[in-house]
Amino acid sequence: MHEMGIVNSVLDAIRAETRRFPGGHIYKVGVRIGELAGVNPDAMSFCFEALVRGTELEPLVLEIEYCPRRCQCLACGYLYTAAQEDSACPECGMRGSQFLGGDELDLAYLEVENGARNAGT
Amino acid sequence: MERVTLERKVLSENDRIAASLRARFAQHNILCLNLISSPGSGKTSLLERTLESFDRRERVAVLTGDIQTENDAKRLARFGFPVKQITTSGTCHLDARMIEKALLDWRLEDIDLLLIENVGNLVCPSTYDLGEGAKLVVLSVTEGEDKPLKYPSIFFKSELLILNKIDLLPYVPFDISAAEENSRSVHRDIEIVRVSCQTRQGMTEWLAWLDRKREILRTAASAV
Repeated sequence: MHEMGIVNSVLDAIRAETRRFPGGHIYKVGVRIGELAGVNPDAMSFCFEALVRGTELEPLVLEIEYCPRRCQCLACGYLYTAAQEDSACPECGMRGSQFLGGDELDLAYLEVENGARNAGT
Repeated sequence: MERVTLERKVLSENDRIAASLRARFAQHNILCLNLISSPGSGKTSLLERTLESFDRRERVAVLTGDIQTENDAKRLARFGFPVKQITTSGTCHLDARMIEKALLDWRLEDIDLLLIENVGNLVCPSTYDLGEGAKLVVLSVTEGEDKPLKYPSIFFKSELLILNKIDLLPYVPFDISAAEENSRSVHRDIEIVRVSCQTRQGMTEWLAWLDRKREILRTAASAV
């Protein structure tokens, strides 16, 4: 369970970003988690609520976009989302496709209310 | 309301330190390997067999991570190479800052091979870059052949799978071919060696893999 540390990194980034929006309030943060990132979205949400509660960041919402494994078959070129248990190509059955994505752990966006962007940052 | 695009890594601070470690390892031609497995898969035993095979003049160093105790460092120190224990006091993985701190009083110019034994955990260590040249995953035959499917992240990120405890195969219902196929379905190009730290079966293949990696680094360094 390392989601606590990861949420702390997210909150550190938000606190740093707050300075860019004087008078504004960051009320939502968007995080992208890939299936192969080794991070559990439910645990992440749980830790997020616990670490935000009672702080100046309230009310802050976490929005998680969970990204499956994306593959391209090397035999037939088919682009597909790999199933949890099996990454074989659903078109031709070939195994060992090329990996295109699904290991993200990204801070994607913030949503800010009544905040003018601080010019020059 | 305004949406502000950030598009950066959540662990950018860890990644920054890892990148600086990687640059220092490159500068000193150090091969750094990050060993990851669940608790009890045999990372420490594999390191014992590995260190005992080395000539004392080899410039090898080991960092070993655990939540508590210095037990692993004690086990590994008897081979005469520099070993340091990192106790994380509860944290379930090593991160780049812990490595940076542990290396403070070692001279990197005296090291050619740095072996890092991560905290026993098949999930969290896969998320943290330590600046290593490669991640290695150890899976023992007393676990389950579906581990690569259940914990795809570490198998996807590892260059080598070490299947350990193969001396126990006659006594456990472990389908080794299925384990290998499952690993390759997550990571097509993963290399695999089968070893037993008890009987030393497969140690030659593992040490040959290690030699090959070190040779590639030496060749690259001398070409600069």
